[in-house]
Amino acid sequence: MSNFINSSIGKKLIMSISGLFLIVFLLVHLTANLFLLWGSDAFNMSAHFMGTNPIIKIVEPILALGFFIHILYSLIVQFKNWKSRPVKYAKVNQRDASTWASRNMIWLGLFIFAFLIIHVINFYWIIKFGDPGTVIVNGEEMEDAYTLVIDLFTSSGSLAYIYSGIYIIGFIALGLHLHHALWSAFQTIGWSNIKWRKIWTVIGDIYAIIIAVGFSIIPIYFLFIK
Amino acid sequence: MAHKTINIKLRVWRQKDAKSKGGFEKYELENISVDSSFLEMIDVLNEKLISENKEPVAYDHDCREGICGMCSLFINGRAHGPDNLITTCQLHMRKFSDGETITIEPWRVGSFPIIKDLMVDRTAYEKIMQAGGFVSVATGGVPDANSILIPKDDAEEAMDAAACIGCGACVATCKNSSAMLFVAAKVSQLALLPQGKIEASRRAKNMIAKMDELGFGNCSNTGACEMECPKGISLAHIARLNREFLVAGLKA
Repeated sequence: MSNFINSSIGKKLIMSISGLFLIVFLLVHLTANLFLLWGSDAFNMSAHFMGTNPIIKIVEPILALGFFIHILYSLIVQFKNWKSRPVKYAKVNQRDASTWASRNMIWLGLFIFAFLIIHVINFYWIIKFGDPGTVIVNGEEMEDAYTLVIDLFTSSGSLAYIYSGIYIIGFIALGLHLHHALWSAFQTIGWSNIKWRKIWTVIGDIYAIIIAVGFSIIPIYFLFIK
Repeated sequence: MAHKTINIKLRVWRQKDAKSKGGFEKYELENISVDSSFLEMIDVLNEKLISENKEPVAYDHDCREGICGMCSLFINGRAHGPDNLITTCQLHMRKFSDGETITIEPWRVGSFPIIKDLMVDRTAYEKIMQAGGFVSVATGGVPDANSILIPKDDAEEAMDAAACIGCGACVATCKNSSAMLFVAAKVSQLALLPQGKIEASRRAKNMIAKMDELGFGNCSNTGACEMECPKGISLAHIARLNREFLVAGLKA
């Protein structure tokens, strides 16, 4: 079994399974976030439900582990890949041979990781360990997550634009990463052939657009519409 | 009929042997027929170099009809040059324009060390084949033809995989120097047929172990290998290899 896990395909399998787990998480995250568009009570209840639900409590450390494994293995795999070509080509033209996103998964991934750190500091950290302030919805006291979001995307001066920009660029990078991620994960698991490659690619692209556009709506909504 | 010719500039990688440090040399050639093949153009260059008492450019070639897999060359940033579904010997000078600078490099793969100039040592592929790219057959009398029935679709797909000539374009093109398309073709061509099916999982396991040991990279599923493969071998074979490997891992 250790031979299997340490083989090139074994490591790729770990990346694809952890990646698919993160793909599922993103959809849950987006669903909870879109309650923002229905106002403060709706979103605070959604955030409170996420923060107190026992299933979420169990999944939370698994999620952190999922991120950790996916990032760790991406680096392990990437270093081996770099080592496999000690002398680089003077000229490379892969414009027609592969997509830009597929060639730059590591850079997109590291960019998303940097964004993730900013994002965690902005919200998760404050709710968990800081003082987000409380609000009473339907007679129950809970963290005022809504104000936290509003404050960030409508903060004074150019700061609102900077934060909105960081988030939207982060979502675009995420969309590009997902454009290659979904089909690639199923290919690595072996659930693909000529026909299914097309199906996974289409599903992956639709998913990538839903995630990138869905999350981007939030800063755009608060910045320009609300 | 008017005979069209072009003048070209070449940037060719020259390296004395595996241990020496190589570098690009510049050459200029005039009146190259657009109907000549790329290798014929290098032959013209070599004639010229020999007449000037210089060392000719060493490069691999053999059949010159796209079937042996010997010719390599990374031309203007692409394996086998600017055309699809061909080997370098099938590339013609009509694909280049007058006055163009053509960059010619060897396969740059850690597991394929340079022998000299543009020649690389592809013994690593042989080692992967020795690890499992065969069918262990019991000896005996010649079996009757068609005594084992094979569905037409399986035979066709096995034949598509068997078209691999082991040229190394997939590894040369892959941003990770991964040999997955080569190994997948070899695993697929045998796994699809009843004679090879018996050892399919073990074969995948052993060939992948050898591939990893020899220092090839991991597959990122970019699909560049498939696009540059002179025989158009599909990524679907890599999915089959992954399946066989997974099954082998679950069994053990």
